[in-house]
Amino acid sequence: MTDASGQSRGQAELPPHRIVLNARSMPAYAYGHRSPIWWGTIGFAAAEGMGFVLAIGAYFYLVFINGNWPLSAPPPDLFWSSLFTIVMFASAWPNALAKRNSEREDLGRSRRDLAIMSLVGIVLLGIRIMEFNGLHVRWDQNAYGSILWILLGLHTLHLLTDLGDTVVLTILLFTRHGHGKRFSDVGDNAFYWYFVIASWMPIYLIIYWFPRWW
Amino acid sequence: MTKAITPHELDAVPEVTRLATGERGGVPGVKSEADRPADPHELRDDQVDGPELTARLARTWGTEKGLIGVLSTVDHKVIGRRYIITAIIFLFLGGLSAVVMRLQLAQPENSLVGPDLYNQLFTMHGTTMMFLFGVPIGEAFAVYLVPLMVGTRNIAFPRLNAFSYYVYLFGGFMIWVAFMLNIGPDVGWFAYVPLSGPEFSPGKRADVWAQMITFTEVSGIAVAISIVVTVFKLRAPGMTLDRIPLFVWAELINSFVIIFALPAVVTASAFLLMDRLVGTHIFNPAEGGDALLYQHLFWFFGHPEVYIIFLPATGWVSAIVVTFARRQAFGYIALVLSLIATGFLSFGLWVHHMFTTGLPQLGASFFTASSMLIAIPNGIQIFCWIATLWDGRPVFRTPLLFVIGFFFIFVAGGLSGIMLASVPLDSQVHDTFFVVAHFHYVLIGGNVFPLIGAIYYWFPKFTGRMMSERLGKWHFGLAFISFNVAFFPMHITGLMGMPRRVYTYLPEMGWANLNLISTIGALVFFGSFVLFLYNILSSARRGPLAGPNPWNAGTLEWASASPPMPQNFDRIPVVTNREPLWAHREALPVVAGLSVENREQIVSTVTAGRADLRETTPEPSIWPFLAAVATTILFIGSMFTPWAFVWGTPPLALALIGWFWPKPSTEDER
Repeated sequence: MTDASGQSRGQAELPPHRIVLNARSMPAYAYGHRSPIWWGTIGFAAAEGMGFVLAIGAYFYLVFINGNWPLSAPPPDLFWSSLFTIVMFASAWPNALAKRNSEREDLGRSRRDLAIMSLVGIVLLGIRIMEFNGLHVRWDQNAYGSILWILLGLHTLHLLTDLGDTVVLTILLFTRHGHGKRFSDVGDNAFYWYFVIASWMPIYLIIYWFPRWW
Repeated sequence: MTKAITPHELDAVPEVTRLATGERGGVPGVKSEADRPADPHELRDDQVDGPELTARLARTWGTEKGLIGVLSTVDHKVIGRRYIITAIIFLFLGGLSAVVMRLQLAQPENSLVGPDLYNQLFTMHGTTMMFLFGVPIGEAFAVYLVPLMVGTRNIAFPRLNAFSYYVYLFGGFMIWVAFMLNIGPDVGWFAYVPLSGPEFSPGKRADVWAQMITFTEVSGIAVAISIVVTVFKLRAPGMTLDRIPLFVWAELINSFVIIFALPAVVTASAFLLMDRLVGTHIFNPAEGGDALLYQHLFWFFGHPEVYIIFLPATGWVSAIVVTFARRQAFGYIALVLSLIATGFLSFGLWVHHMFTTGLPQLGASFFTASSMLIAIPNGIQIFCWIATLWDGRPVFRTPLLFVIGFFFIFVAGGLSGIMLASVPLDSQVHDTFFVVAHFHYVLIGGNVFPLIGAIYYWFPKFTGRMMSERLGKWHFGLAFISFNVAFFPMHITGLMGMPRRVYTYLPEMGWANLNLISTIGALVFFGSFVLFLYNILSSARRGPLAGPNPWNAGTLEWASASPPMPQNFDRIPVVTNREPLWAHREALPVVAGLSVENREQIVSTVTAGRADLRETTPEPSIWPFLAAVATTILFIGSMFTPWAFVWGTPPLALALIGWFWPKPSTEDER
């Protein structure tokens, strides 16, 4: 333990190096859990998933407090929401294709898959607008309406962000940037879409079926 | 006892297969661009050495001069330094608001400030200390130190990190400007409904509070994710899970707690904003809502929050204790497991903040038990630190003095905490100064004392200069004594029945003398911070030069220059021991082969820390700053009209596209 040594910040005081490993031949990127972005996506999915869990918790808290449910409104319509659910689940297939073809670094097919996924997102957004019309309650009518709109709005926010992300990535693949690490980004985008699908399942059951069973 | 300091056979560098995966980047059967051989014309660090390597890397990793350059930087040290300074400015602002409150309470029926300003003062004090200082300071240290301590060159997602800093800065700025304009929040740092709801708090004050939450929590979660990924994926080759420095473990667990706790307060404040601004009824009992739901959501965050403030401090304490005890940590595994246990248990305590809300008795008993349970892992940590010091040869420099101060104050706060965990006692002293005394012992003892120790400890690394040891010892003595003078009497004023958050009291209550003593203590305590500030400023200019490793410490941040060069290390170290610099005193084992012309760093595997990829990390960019400005416009606009989401989103989307669009200059586009 020495006090200030009076020397400058020069590297000279640092210990000399002994090279024991060479990274020259290591790959420049990889897929899935080998890539830091994949872990970042998991992190955001965890934080946002926690938001879903808390909002769902608030929903059931309000059910418990009120006893009767839904509050002075019929349960929301099933048609558009069920159509949404079917399209949502069906989208897992082109999504899986996008992931696989990007891992094969097949530019043509990746472009096609992402274009399909962008289209699917736009269609889903359209169905979602119809869905909001069939809720039979406004957000400012009572606490039931409020939490219903919040849950559906929260999921719509995720739909929107992933759609935006997919569209930008699709355009990117049609430019000269469409090679290399971008393929890994396609896989991470597909991964996030699975999160949007997975988070929809409990919300669909809670919003549309739970009030009918209660 | 010096077994770990001398090189040991176990510290021999293992064979290459244990340090690197040797796997291809592409999936099997695919000829991937990831596996293309490196450009032979690109200069790599196995071709140059010495000062030339240092200078070239510094050019590659440096921050440009000029305003655009300053706002575009993605260097974790530059952002980390700004983060730390900003958080400490907020600490001083929070302290000043406390001083004004103490002056008001110094005598009965004082008229220095009126009830309205007093309400704003205690709200600003709590809000600032918890959201603008307490959470950010731990993350700020992580942003600066974690990449250095795990032996990498930049934090994961450096642009997200820069964005987070600006969002935090703007959010803190917004609430203090609102306070200056007399629209500062006045509903307490937790803004309970119905007081903070649309009926009882018209105007914008509560909105300012709730939107400040959105700013700081968005930023806090994003930084936490960056830190988790940095620790998981950017560790130096050979840094297996059991060689991660304890400070890094603490920041990792802290980040996990942040990721799972902060969404609760965002949910609470978003519901509150919607109730206030667009007429939802989540907390309105007249329309099927419930006010207690707010408290549940808030404290589901609020209790882990205490540990979000405390866990980084355990990291500072571990680093300081090990260095000044001159031996490795006693009970490393026990310390890590205690951190993890604390992280989990912190989510099972929130209801003990709500004992007086009329909960079912069984629930209250459960939360009493879990509140006492968390004393166990914290006790284990304290015993491990004491054992480390006991078995070592402690050198009592200023950082260690503050750690000793932490032991006394934090344990005292823990004892009153165990008292408060019991429902009958809590019901008696709820909302009195006894609680104020308790949590200031826990928070100042558990966070601020270790923080001051940490600043004395890492100041040479941050600035290249030592702080004055003589002033440091005065600082410690003054702070330790005045803290107790200020806060110990509050236990008694609380037991005598003095409630919190009253702007004055009558002379007949008999609280005057104790309050005067607390005020004198608080003033001297603030004075000790002025001395601290003087020590920081004068040492930064004239302090003796420190050299890379003035304390002869063992972790990797001391293997960089003081202050570190933009590239942190000229070559990435290879780790064989928890205290790499004690194991390899003659020559540091390193990895070579990374680019000198482009920003490349090693990506490794999560558990074994084997080098896997040489990935590029983002260049500086102005877009994260612009995205933060767009976010600020959207958030502030949305307090006035929901349409802000419509006209505020396109600029934000544009900024994000600019941020993610690849630049022609980056390496992977060549």
